[in-house]
Amino acid sequence: MTPTLQLFLIISAALFCIGLLAALSRRHAIFILIGIEMMLAAAGLNFIAFWRFGPQPAPPTGVLITIFAIAIAAAEAAVGLALVIAVYRRFRTTNIDEIDELRG
Amino acid sequence: MINWIISHLWLIPSVPLAMALAVLSLTNSQQRLAAGLAVAGQVAALLLSLGAFAATLPTPGYRALQNFTWFTFGEQALRLGFVLDPLTAVMLVMITFVSLWIFVFSIGYMAEDAHFTRFFAYLSFFSAAMLGVVIANSLLFLFISWELVGLASYLLIGFWIHKPSAAAAAKKAFITTRIGDIGFFIGMLWLYGRSGTLLFYDGGKGALESAALLSLGPAATWIALLIFCGAAGKSGQFPLHVWLPDAMEGPTPVSALIHAATMVAAGVFLVARVYPLFSLGEIHGVTTSLSVVVWIGVVTALMSALIALAQADIKRILAYSTVSQLGLMMVSLGVGGVAAGIMHLLAHGFFKALLFLGSGSVIHGCHDEQDIRKMGGLRRLMPITFFAYAIGMMALSGVPLFFSGAWTKEEILHATSLWKASHLPHYLMLLGVVLTALYMTRQMIHVFFGPKGGASNHAHESSPVMTMPLVVLATCAIVFSLVLTPAWPWLHSYLSGERPVLNWSLLITPALYVSLALVVIGIGLGVLIYRGGGETDPVERALPQVFRFLENRMWLDELYDWTVLALARFAARLSDFLDRYLWDGLFRLGSTLVGFFGSLTKGFDERAINSGVNEATNWARGLGRGIARGHSGQVQTYLGAIAIAMVALFIFYAWLT
Amino acid sequence: MAHLIAGLIFLPILGALFVSVAPRHYARAVALGSNLFTALFALMLWAHFDPTTPGLQMVARHVWIPAIGAELHFGIDGLSLLLVLLTSLVFPFALLAQRMDRGFCALMLVMQASLYGVFTAQNFILWFLFYEMSLIPGFLLIKLWGGAKRDWAATKFFLYTFLGSVAMLLSFLGIYFVRGTFDFAELASLGKLGLLQGNIRWLAFAGIFLGLAVKVPLFPFHTWLPDAYEAAPTGASMVLTGTLSKMGVYGFIRLLLPLFPNEMKVVGSWLLGLAVASIIFASLAAWAQRDLKRMVAYLSINHLGYCMLGLFAVSATSTVPPNEAQAALSGVFLQILNHGITAAALFYFVGLLEQRCGTRGLNDFGGLMQRAPLLCGWMSVAMFSSLGLPGLNGFVGEFLIFKGSFALVAGYSAVAVLGLLITAIVFMRAMQALFSGPLSESCGSTPDLSPLERWTVVPVTLLMFAIGIAPQFVTTIFSSTVAHLAQVLG
Repeated sequence: MTPTLQLFLIISAALFCIGLLAALSRRHAIFILIGIEMMLAAAGLNFIAFWRFGPQPAPPTGVLITIFAIAIAAAEAAVGLALVIAVYRRFRTTNIDEIDELRG
Repeated sequence: MINWIISHLWLIPSVPLAMALAVLSLTNSQQRLAAGLAVAGQVAALLLSLGAFAATLPTPGYRALQNFTWFTFGEQALRLGFVLDPLTAVMLVMITFVSLWIFVFSIGYMAEDAHFTRFFAYLSFFSAAMLGVVIANSLLFLFISWELVGLASYLLIGFWIHKPSAAAAAKKAFITTRIGDIGFFIGMLWLYGRSGTLLFYDGGKGALESAALLSLGPAATWIALLIFCGAAGKSGQFPLHVWLPDAMEGPTPVSALIHAATMVAAGVFLVARVYPLFSLGEIHGVTTSLSVVVWIGVVTALMSALIALAQADIKRILAYSTVSQLGLMMVSLGVGGVAAGIMHLLAHGFFKALLFLGSGSVIHGCHDEQDIRKMGGLRRLMPITFFAYAIGMMALSGVPLFFSGAWTKEEILHATSLWKASHLPHYLMLLGVVLTALYMTRQMIHVFFGPKGGASNHAHESSPVMTMPLVVLATCAIVFSLVLTPAWPWLHSYLSGERPVLNWSLLITPALYVSLALVVIGIGLGVLIYRGGGETDPVERALPQVFRFLENRMWLDELYDWTVLALARFAARLSDFLDRYLWDGLFRLGSTLVGFFGSLTKGFDERAINSGVNEATNWARGLGRGIARGHSGQVQTYLGAIAIAMVALFIFYAWLT
Repeated sequence: MAHLIAGLIFLPILGALFVSVAPRHYARAVALGSNLFTALFALMLWAHFDPTTPGLQMVARHVWIPAIGAELHFGIDGLSLLLVLLTSLVFPFALLAQRMDRGFCALMLVMQASLYGVFTAQNFILWFLFYEMSLIPGFLLIKLWGGAKRDWAATKFFLYTFLGSVAMLLSFLGIYFVRGTFDFAELASLGKLGLLQGNIRWLAFAGIFLGLAVKVPLFPFHTWLPDAYEAAPTGASMVLTGTLSKMGVYGFIRLLLPLFPNEMKVVGSWLLGLAVASIIFASLAAWAQRDLKRMVAYLSINHLGYCMLGLFAVSATSTVPPNEAQAALSGVFLQILNHGITAAALFYFVGLLEQRCGTRGLNDFGGLMQRAPLLCGWMSVAMFSSLGLPGLNGFVGEFLIFKGSFALVAGYSAVAVLGLLITAIVFMRAMQALFSGPLSESCGSTPDLSPLERWTVVPVTLLMFAIGIAPQFVTTIFSSTVAHLAQVLG
């Protein structure tokens, strides 16, 4: 089986959907965070795939963007975890259903 | 040396002033140093004064000026100056000499006072201010020193400040003299405006020189009278004399200083100094302003002589006697006897200082008792004081031939007899002589003769430091006669700028017999009336109402209290009331009106304008509330919405392509 | 040298900033340090000032808001310099008068800056800006640190003076619409010929007069003053009377008299009547007061009445001999300085007494002389200076005022002289009540002056003596200004 663009796109779409599902359905904040990370990873996979199957030789734009995205994801995870801890300290829970302060 | 003194006249008041400042900075424990400095200052001032006096001797009518610019303002200059003429010279010597002995006396009298050093600082300051009055060649400089004299008297009369009566007396003295000073101030301003200068003599341009005097015209009378107000205040003339007897609250040396050498002499001196203003436009030596001076003097002299008859306080009797003698001096000045008035001032300076210091010695000996009815028989217990006092009493009463007061009184009576306007003052002054002899005899009998009173049981003679000044002043009261007699009227000639002529035939004149008769009547009556002694006064027994009237100083203090003072206090309270309720009330009324207007507009705002705006706001708020209902605050709801929207967008995009 | 003036205005503001970040205990020290610099600047200003030229000196002129005729125009003449020096003197004195925290110090410095601005600005908009700027610290000082009735007093003070300012502003707007300038010198040069025509000039005159009369204050616009001074803390009372009231007098000299010389001659006799009423009624009212601070406040009105008498005498008379005008104006200038020093000193002493005995009632004191001779001695000097005793500063100014005004308006002056007598009575009574007699209970343990207080009082008192004995060093400052002004007004 030769790797084709379609194959990568399908994998990426699957990954994205799994991430979205996790972000929407899980009650624990950390799992939501993990879901978001998965969606980001899916996007990164897309970038690599389009670059790899695009016209060659080409400047390594897809790889670079992905590396950026991973760096940002790491930062985001750090911020997100900090937020989670802050939220836990404030509300004594990480159950996202019980936190509705955004309602205003 | 003498030339140096003439060009440094300012040193004469400056030395005591510097000593006053130096003494003020000492602590209370440095008593000897304080007294030493103050006395040294007086000695220096006396020596300088004698030098200045010597300078005036060779030339009759000598006058040396030193004018200088005090400061400039705009393009103008304010000039002050010093003058040395016979009038200044004799006053300088008298003031420094008498003050010196009062200072010496104070060393003994105040020895136990807690504020000894401060006392000497004030005394020095007093003497400095008075010397300033005397050497002034400018009405402004005279006024400045004049006010400082007032300040010094305030400080000294109220020296025992813990005594409420002393503080009240000091206040009274300051305010009463200031009432006169207000007149003086206005007179000075008027003179300044008219003649353009306040210098007395300025090489023909001074205010007392003919050019300026002529430009004054009829205003001169008013200016003179206004200036006389100041003189009346300081010299205790009716109706501003009320402070002088109260000033007895100060320590006795202060009374001596006020009544002999300084303060009260200032008023008489002032009139003598600005005499050209008074005599401007004279007809046979009579002008309106001079007549006022005469009659005020007459009233003062007689009234206070009568009051003195009914006083019991040894110092008060002397105080009223001073007022009476000052009245006499004013009469003398008013009738044209300027030299006579000044001569009497000088002679009075010696013997009144003597009498006050003598009374101080008596009070000291009697352990601070001042009531003459409780004294008696002190003749044997205090012999030196007695002899000195007797000499002072005879000089004051005017016993002829040997006592200075007699010659000067003689001269004054002579001057009054020549007055063209009326002879009444002359006769009234003759009566005054009798009264003077009478009340002094009364005092002598009560204090020194008769049986011992309650206070004189433990009396003792004072220490030499106090008796020595008495002896010196008593000697002066006699020796001073040498230059006063009509046979050799040296002082009179010196003051009037003439050369004295010796003429022995003038020594004994018919007038002398008249004086002798009057004094004998006075003393004889006194001996006759008061010989019996006793607790109640013989006059009181005979004429109780009259005595009560005089004892209470003719109710003048009460009269002032009920009229002038009450009116002034009422004015003060009225101003305060108007301020609080009328002027401030107007402002409050205004602010209330503005406030009312404000509440009107507020109502309009709320009912008309605000209600429309309120409606719109409420509607907007309802809308917002509706929208807000769709928000759960759950992150995942929002995330889901984003996902759905993304899918929708995706489908929309697909549909487009 | 023009930057000296700018420095003078900005230094206190900078000082206020420093004060607000300084540690609490050093706030006053920082404020005093800032005053050291401003004093230095003021002295440099004095050193570079040429007393022989009558006009403005050290002028700084920059465009600011040309559309409304506002210019940054600073400069000093003899009068301005005198007031700058007075301000530089009174403020440190006031800062030393009481304990004060950061806010107090900062507000004082802001007020100081605005006063320097008022006394040096030569354009109405600029002047008015500073004039109003001084009001706010005054209000806050009374409102936040005042004594009893402070809310009422502060509001009254603010509204009263602000009302006057508004009237003045409207008048100046009217003048601007006709004449198109706000520059003092230009307006003054138009004054002789008539700044405005018709009845509108009376409206403008009345507006400016009202604004300034409230500030001075002149009878009967004075009722805010006793309340404000009584309620204000000591330091604020000192600067209010020492410098703030001078803004009014300064305004009269700088604005009203040169701008409306003809109008002044018409209503002059009425204004003289008001000045005399200020002198007499205020001194009488002072007599009736039982509260020391209120008494001093009323005497403040009385003393400023003499200033007004001198000014109105010069401007109300139709032909003024130059020597009398110069005497009266010199007297007014001296009186401005003297009253600033003396009244501040009096408030200072009243503050000391209040700190020590916890009361200001005249009848609660007694026998202080036994406990605190130094305090009593120096306080008496201030009192004697205030009642115009020769040898102290008060006399020189009052004498010159009366010398000039008596020659010009004898009747009014003769009545006004009575004020000197009543003042004397008031002070004599106060001295008797405070110093003499037996020691009162509330003063039982009154300490005498502390070293700091002594070093505060002595220089001020020495200055009183210096001006009283040798006033030349002061009169030199304004001699040519006076001569020029006498020419303008005469």
